[in-house]
Amino acid sequence: MSKVIKVGMADLNICKSPDIITTIGLGSCIGLTFYDPVSKIGGLVHYMLPDSTQMRNNSNIAKFADTGIEELLRQVIKAGANRNRLVSKIAGGAKMFEVSGMSNVSNIGERNAFAAKQKLRELRIRLIAEDTGLNYGRTVELHCDTGEFYIKAIGKTPKII
Amino acid sequence: MGKFTLEEVNDVYVDVLREIGNIGAGNATTAVSSMLGIRLDMNVPKVALLEASKLGSAICSEDEIIVGIFLEVQTDIEGSMMFLLKMDSAQFLVNMLMGRDADHACEFDEMDLSALKEIGNIIAASYLSALSAMTNLVITPSIPYIAVDMAASILSVPAIQFGQFGDNALLIETEFGDDVMINGYFILMPEQDSYDKILTALGLSL
Repeated sequence: MSKVIKVGMADLNICKSPDIITTIGLGSCIGLTFYDPVSKIGGLVHYMLPDSTQMRNNSNIAKFADTGIEELLRQVIKAGANRNRLVSKIAGGAKMFEVSGMSNVSNIGERNAFAAKQKLRELRIRLIAEDTGLNYGRTVELHCDTGEFYIKAIGKTPKII
Repeated sequence: MGKFTLEEVNDVYVDVLREIGNIGAGNATTAVSSMLGIRLDMNVPKVALLEASKLGSAICSEDEIIVGIFLEVQTDIEGSMMFLLKMDSAQFLVNMLMGRDADHACEFDEMDLSALKEIGNIIAASYLSALSAMTNLVITPSIPYIAVDMAASILSVPAIQFGQFGDNALLIETEFGDDVMINGYFILMPEQDSYDKILTALGLSL
């Protein structure tokens, strides 16, 4: 029997097969997963903002892409995942309101998604799938037995990436 | 950079926000009442100070579908605000406006969404005009934007806005109605400098 580990906003955790790790209702935030297909160890971070260095108050590391992704990597490796086998998938980064212009609200989702790619490139970890952008919320689940990443949205057929 | 942060909010400030919320919600109730041609009472709003990352589950479970109306504000105060309704309240308001039975239930079509956006706009604008009158600051709202989605997804927008400045957020809950009570939630998201302006205008400089 597998259990389901829930990750909140500005939060992260790791997971081992046959368990499932999930985060509910990603809006403009990003849910980024790491997964090692051999040890079947994975992890998920749900971060809110792209860059901790731009902030005065950055004590919560899971709130930011740069520090959150690094911490998740540290934790999955500590749990026994092999760094060279790790792959990543991301979802979220939506623009929830069709606000025009270049205000923070209109492009934060996009900036969050970009921050993930930048950090993964720096860490040399492959991004193998993504479902980002557009204008709706997503609930995601990483199934650690298969590495499948389920994405559910209101009024849409669930998909697996 | 402004001096004020929500990490050092005191009771006086919460009282002021409650009072603005009270007057704003009063204005909003009157506006909705005259638009729908029904009598509406309201209760004293509740002001909650909570962690920004907990906003997603602050009004209902994270995956419950809610309606969010978002406006940007500018001129003397820069920032944005949101008005949130649970689905049953949103359905009730749309039914009243569209002249349907109060308990009619179906998916919102384009017309319903447009009606809802307008209700949200009037409510939000009434709230802002109360704030404007109390502070003597000019506050110009943008056109309204609407989203119907999971609570956590919609509330990620204010969570991120607050998250840029600190870890706390302010949520104002109002209740108005008659036979049926409607719960609405206001979230005011001033930019950092605008907090100082609001407080100074109210004679509450830190």
